[in-house]
Amino acid sequence: MIRPKRLGMTLAHRAAILLYIAFALFPLYWLVKVSVTPNDLLYSEGVKMWPSRATLDHFAFVLEHSDFPLFFRNSMIVSVSTAFIVTLLSSIGGYALSRFTFRGKFWIVGLMLLTQMFPLVMLIAPIFKMLSPLGLTNSLSGLVLVYVAFNVPFATFLMQSFFDGIPKDLEEAAMIDGATRFMAFRQIILPLTLPGMAATLGFVFTAAWSELLFALMLISGVDASTFPVGLLSFVSKFSVDFGQMMAAGVLALIPACIFFLLIQRYLVQGLTAGAVKG
Amino acid sequence: MASIDITDVRKAYGSTKILHGVDLTIQDGEFVVLVGPSGCGKSTLLRMIAGLEDISSGEIRIGGRVVNDLDPKDRDIAMVFQSYALYPHMTVADNMSYSLRLRKTAKEKIAAAISGAATKLSLTPLMERRPKALSGGQRQRVAMGRAIVRSPKAFLFDEPLSNLDARLREHMRGEIKKLHQDLGATSIYVTHDQIEAMTLADRIVAMNAGLVQQVGSPLDLYDRPANLFVAGFMGSPAMNMFEGTYRNANGGTVELAQGVVVPLAGPAPTADGTKVTLGIRPEHVLVGKTGLEGIQALISLVEPTGFGTILHASAFGEDVKAFSLERGVAVRGDTVSVSFPVDRIHLFDTATGSRIG
Ligand SMILES: Nc1ncnc2c1ncn2[C@@H]1O[C@H](COP(=O)(O)OP(=O)(O)OP(=O)(O)O)[C@@H](O)[C@H]1O
Ligand SMILES: [Mg+2]
Repeated sequence: MIRPKRLGMTLAHRAAILLYIAFALFPLYWLVKVSVTPNDLLYSEGVKMWPSRATLDHFAFVLEHSDFPLFFRNSMIVSVSTAFIVTLLSSIGGYALSRFTFRGKFWIVGLMLLTQMFPLVMLIAPIFKMLSPLGLTNSLSGLVLVYVAFNVPFATFLMQSFFDGIPKDLEEAAMIDGATRFMAFRQIILPLTLPGMAATLGFVFTAAWSELLFALMLISGVDASTFPVGLLSFVSKFSVDFGQMMAAGVLALIPACIFFLLIQRYLVQGLTAGAVKG
Repeated sequence: MASIDITDVRKAYGSTKILHGVDLTIQDGEFVVLVGPSGCGKSTLLRMIAGLEDISSGEIRIGGRVVNDLDPKDRDIAMVFQSYALYPHMTVADNMSYSLRLRKTAKEKIAAAISGAATKLSLTPLMERRPKALSGGQRQRVAMGRAIVRSPKAFLFDEPLSNLDARLREHMRGEIKKLHQDLGATSIYVTHDQIEAMTLADRIVAMNAGLVQQVGSPLDLYDRPANLFVAGFMGSPAMNMFEGTYRNANGGTVELAQGVVVPLAGPAPTADGTKVTLGIRPEHVLVGKTGLEGIQALISLVEPTGFGTILHASAFGEDVKAFSLERGVAVRGDTVSVSFPVDRIHLFDTATGSRIG
């Protein structure tokens, strides 16, 4: 038997959560709603929760008649490469920070923190200046390079905290059992850090997938545009094609969703592990 | 199996000195226990033997070979950690076979080795479980199993039983002793449980503040502690210690506080007037009715342990502890006489702390 007071509390609790979820997801709902609203109804129906007539025309148009598939492919290349390179580098770096004491460690950590302090806008001009003679502006590799550089410090700290949560005894036991340090890292520590790596992978992927500032500044041609830049192409001087823009937005959500679905098993573990172990 | 020679081994972290020159020779097949209070450097020494900690200076040899610069994997030793350090993502069988797989041992040999170890440690029904599905005692046995599947030159144990409850600890203590009698492997065992030290050791190494205080058989350390530290550390309830002055007259006596004079077995090899500390174990203190020869004392506390009784008596301004196997020797408030049999008295130089005679 649940006592009435307890029941009331539970209901209030659930209602609060529901309210929060509704609030957080409403923009997404609106995105979907506008993407299926025919153009002629967009302004004529006023504010309605669902259009009287739904259509997939916007999706069809975006897929068949715009550069969107290209943007999409570019974004995919950039985000996936960034996520994997950053996770690899930050795993190795985070392990070193967690396990070794070496000369200059203090300064390296300090410098890494320093890079996180500047507003990115300040750095665009110098970065453009550096990349342009190297032929790395207007190229996906240039973008990957910049994303990797900006994500590695934070990801390294993140990975360090995961490694810190794994007792040192484990790799010491492995080394006494006959493993080299690298084997102990690969066979004992790495499998235990998979949740952490999944979390890092997801975090960096999302950051790169939605990055606009550098993509906008470093890329000028359509060929190398990523999808956030592409979205802006629906804004012309005279009008904004909301229907197509939202359809493109919905499409852009799909890979992020799939990606998180794939890693979510590890992610939940990883986030909670990080929460208790610091 | 092999002997282990430790020669003037020192350890410092930066400017903090942890070990101040340890010399120790461990015979092939010997079971040596390191005891000492927390922070005295036992684990550090053990980890240096294992190769997990750099050696600041000195030399460690295993089976005659200098191992100072050898990686842990090349030292061919096995270690049981206090935390057990089982690999959480591997089954018990995989945990135990890991070292053999690293050595590319043949499959049949691995299977034979782990089933042998599993039988010895009654782990057979648990082989396919992950560590998190095991109880503390079972984990402890897996950690032991992981060490014994290969035949290493030496076993190192760092407080392997300290996470178990008292009863299980007692049981595993027996198991470890049996295992050592079976395998006859050179073993170094760190603990701060003196019962473990006394029961397991061929020889005990008592350490304090980064220095070896005494090396000897368990009864050696108990019966003839080399200094005040060992005297106070070994034994529970702890040895009584009273400061006084040595007098050569009357065949050797010690003057304690309030004019109490305790006769010794004979003259001690030290100068008349030396400040000394008289030590006597509680079980050797005789408690009797007043009027008998002895020192007047007032019973201030009686602690029955079931096994015996600990009596606290106030005499000459000190607390004298006595342990008796009998019950009802005295009750609180009784006036008794306590006496110290001459052949049970330990004498230490108060200034240096070392044993006299
Ligand atoms: N990495 C380190 N840096 C500085 N000092 C350290 C380090 N590791 C250990 N110490 C110090 O070395 C001393 C000895 O430590 P050790 O772990 O060997 O003690 P122990 O005798 O095993 O104690 P316990 O019985 O509590 O396990 C301690 O005072 C400890 O603070
Ligand atoms: Mg220790």
